[in-house]
Amino acid sequence: MTAYTLDVYMPVIILMSLAVGLVLVSVFFAQILRPFKPSSLKEQAYECGEDPVGTAWSNFNVRFYVVSLIFIVFDVEGALMFPVAAIFRKFVAIGEGAVLVGSLLVFISVLVFGIIYCWSKGDLDWVRSFQLSDEQVNQLKGIEEKA
Amino acid sequence: MSPSLNEYLNQFEGHQKVIATVTEVLGFDATGLMTFIVFFTGAFVVVNVMALVGGLGTYAERKISADIQLRQGPNRVGPYGLLQFLADGVKMIMKEDIFPAQADKTLFNLAPLLALIGVFATLAVVPFSSGLTLANLNVGVFYLIGVSSLVGVAVFLGGYSANSKWSMLGGMRGASQIISYEVPVTISILTIVLISGGMSFGSFVGGQGGFPHEWYIFHNPFTFIGFFVFFVGMLAETNRAPFDLPEAESELVSGYHTEYTGMRFGLFALAEYIEVFVLCGVAAAAFLGGYRVPFNLGDGVVFVEKLGLPPIIGKNIGQVLQLGAFLTKTLFLYYVVIWVRWTFPRIRVDQVMTICWKYLTPLALFNLVGVTIWVFAFDGHSIWDVLGHMLSSGSGGGHH
Repeated sequence: MTAYTLDVYMPVIILMSLAVGLVLVSVFFAQILRPFKPSSLKEQAYECGEDPVGTAWSNFNVRFYVVSLIFIVFDVEGALMFPVAAIFRKFVAIGEGAVLVGSLLVFISVLVFGIIYCWSKGDLDWVRSFQLSDEQVNQLKGIEEKA
Repeated sequence: MSPSLNEYLNQFEGHQKVIATVTEVLGFDATGLMTFIVFFTGAFVVVNVMALVGGLGTYAERKISADIQLRQGPNRVGPYGLLQFLADGVKMIMKEDIFPAQADKTLFNLAPLLALIGVFATLAVVPFSSGLTLANLNVGVFYLIGVSSLVGVAVFLGGYSANSKWSMLGGMRGASQIISYEVPVTISILTIVLISGGMSFGSFVGGQGGFPHEWYIFHNPFTFIGFFVFFVGMLAETNRAPFDLPEAESELVSGYHTEYTGMRFGLFALAEYIEVFVLCGVAAAAFLGGYRVPFNLGDGVVFVEKLGLPPIIGKNIGQVLQLGAFLTKTLFLYYVVIWVRWTFPRIRVDQVMTICWKYLTPLALFNLVGVTIWVFAFDGHSIWDVLGHMLSSGSGGGHH
């Protein structure tokens, strides 16, 4: 029974369809039992009693974009390490562990350098300050005085 | 290796006989059909038990928070208020379902469904006991990490589709928080893959023993860090306090499910509580020995040899003990999660990101390097093996 066939994924399909079934059944029963008296006031977006102004679908802060970019790099890198990690013990057992330790450490060092780079660039700061440093302020003052 | 539910049942003659009888009656090979029936029954039972656990989770949450704050908590519906969650469920079904006029209706309906699909799909690999694992996938934990991120999509979708400002803010916070904390969680799971030499939960639990010193959390000095990082990351991934920024009621009303009413709100809540249970189960399986029972009572051989019970009963007693061990550890972690929620204040949104990227991720990377070198240097032996070897072989000998 060691052969892996797609049969082992049968429970996954069943569970997913059970989730769909649960949603359908509960929403269906709710539809029968609950009252349904929509009005324009009820259907308004909730903004603590204020009339909503405009739509919520607007531009969002670019820092979310940066976070997702960093995430993709790190997560793909983590995903690539999983197969290596899974066979690591076997390689150590036959005395070839050094190869895998080397490759793992190279991978990890890429991650470490990545995080150091992002950190020094300030991409890990949620609140980024755009205030000029004292040095820059003095430089600007110098330019102003010259002018 | 631990088999899945179907392979566990196949060991027994009775089950084989049932398959043979069904084959005879129907006139075609019923193995596939019986596999389907077994899995369907198993999945159905697991889902129902999990729904119960999710419901009781809300009750436990309220009762424990009441204890912590010197209140009574729910105590009217049923004995000790135990049926409170049923009353809540009935209330949610009876509530009017309001679709916001400005919402994207399709996505608005899809979001709770996605959350529930993601959470239920993770149940397939949760190792309740060596026999009661629905699917012991060889990519087990990898699959779990992948599928559970559907919940992140659902959170963002729920926030986005409602087209309400509170929801949108909550959804965006939720998405960025969930994907950020996925990094340290993945890396600390990776260390367990390194130690156990396999990605399936069968190999995770199989490499551990019943006693705490055989658990991976005490395997070497680094894995404790791994457990800590995993636990904190898990709190953030399930949007539990102190990381419940996506639904922070004091600033975002109710976050991504502000506009959800009635049963669809209930489905979100159900998905969240089941996800907490699943991730606690993963933490228990990966770090706390999972279903392993001390003295190898779990395989039931002792009962057969010492008490003279028939093997089938001995095996099943072992399974019940394993289930008990797993549930004890998981529910203990569940308790800790609730305890943490009512003890720590919510942290600010920038602090959430700082904790993830500047503390947990470097910690997890350090942990990964440490475990890699440990496994390489000591052939994967635990610190207790190494210490024992050192003591028995006199002064400070190596491991060889």
